[in-house]
Amino acid sequence: MLQITCPCCGPRDEPEFRWGGEVPLVRPGPPEQVSDEAWAEYLFTRDNPKGFVRERWLHALGCRQWFVVVRSTVTHEIRATTRLTDTLPEALT
Amino acid sequence: MPVRLSAFSLVRNALSSHERWPQLWRSPEPRRRYDVIVIGGGGHGLATAYYLAKEHGIGNVAVIEKGWLGGGNTGRNTTVVRSNYFYPESARLYDLSLRLYEGLSRDIGFNIMLSQRGVLTLAHNSHQLEMLARWLNAMHLNGIDGELLEPSRIREWVPLLNDSPTARYPVKGAVLQRRGGVARHDAVAWGYARAADALGVDIIQNCEVVGFLREGDRIVGVETSRGELRAPKVALAVAGHSSVLAAKAGFRLPVTSYALQAFVTEPVKPVLSCVVVSMSTGAYVSQSDKGELVTGGALDLYPSYAQRGNLPTLQGAVAGLLELFPCFSRLRMLRQWAGIVDVVHDSSPIIDEAPVKGLYLNCGWGTGGFKAIPGGGFAFAHLLATGRHHPAAEGFTLNRFTRGAMIDEGAAAGISH
Repeated sequence: MLQITCPCCGPRDEPEFRWGGEVPLVRPGPPEQVSDEAWAEYLFTRDNPKGFVRERWLHALGCRQWFVVVRSTVTHEIRATTRLTDTLPEALT
Repeated sequence: MPVRLSAFSLVRNALSSHERWPQLWRSPEPRRRYDVIVIGGGGHGLATAYYLAKEHGIGNVAVIEKGWLGGGNTGRNTTVVRSNYFYPESARLYDLSLRLYEGLSRDIGFNIMLSQRGVLTLAHNSHQLEMLARWLNAMHLNGIDGELLEPSRIREWVPLLNDSPTARYPVKGAVLQRRGGVARHDAVAWGYARAADALGVDIIQNCEVVGFLREGDRIVGVETSRGELRAPKVALAVAGHSSVLAAKAGFRLPVTSYALQAFVTEPVKPVLSCVVVSMSTGAYVSQSDKGELVTGGALDLYPSYAQRGNLPTLQGAVAGLLELFPCFSRLRMLRQWAGIVDVVHDSSPIIDEAPVKGLYLNCGWGTGGFKAIPGGGFAFAHLLATGRHHPAAEGFTLNRFTRGAMIDEGAAAGISH
């Protein structure tokens, strides 16, 4: 069971949260100029790294805010959580 | 061919206290040059090597495995085999697999203990029942066996099922695929390894790929913890680690790796004669020959390479199981484990050339790789040997994500994950 520190609510148990994918993930545009390859890349292709990864999480059963978690996919250690608007220190990304 | 296994060999070896069994496969020093190198000594990798040698006469093949043979998802699944898929493409591939499973013990001379005891998929409300009927029609159109069972018939099959009128998940009907069932997962890996080894395939364990050898824009071999191995064709069959090896080769995949858990209870006398899958709770359960109830549930909630599951998912799976079978509540769990599965958006595999020349992909099986081992290996070997897709594996390309030609089994077939 993970304990995740929500930037608004503090440490809470994993079932309160939803995982929301890798960040940064920038939607390409404008739509009429996006190739099928670029669109598929955005929708489906992922780094899926073995090690630390930056992810978006939602505190679904709490403040309902999206925020950023730096988490290891091997040990599940969480190194940092920040608001979406904060910039992460380089060392954590 | 290796020593033929028979009742006679069992008796003879019993008389010598089982100390004179021959090794099932060699552990050779790697040669420097092969025709094909298969990365990943799980079911798919071993089956690929076996069919390369048997069907295409390509025996100069190495299977390299970073850990031990069959120690990944092949040894971590719930051993269910079935082919009750919705789309024609999937039905062709998974039924090829099931048909190969049906003849596999004889083909490789090794008992994989296939038990076609039936897979029963339960509907818990009228909407699910309609979906099941539609699904069954699609199966029939695809030539797959299956039948719709009324609640009274389901009671005959699974008397322990909670059919109380106040049940949270009342059973309204079910689809039974009688040809589905279970097989001994380790025996599948060991049997393929033994048969491939007998045809000249080198199986090299404890040999991790650290990088790829390139000539121009082509991959011409692998750099491993045991030196450089060269081959004009390198085949990836590494399930949850597909993205890791793709990154080493310089490209990305539409794959996300999750932990999928399974658990077994303490053994009890026979109480469950078929595999039961519930559409509402996502739980599935069968009873092993040892008497243990083998059960699993949904994927863990976030990507992981940890090969261990988390508690909330385990609790959810057990809660689902107990809704169906309240009498199992007194059983204790003996073991719990997880495998890292390679999930793609449409829950269908990728059997294709990689974006880099010389490299081939067999991945994206997600939560359903075990049942697909013979078919996946057969089709992958065909692609490696001939350069063309096997007729039963057409459509499972990497570019289907760009073309929008998904084979969206997860949604269509109502499989639990």
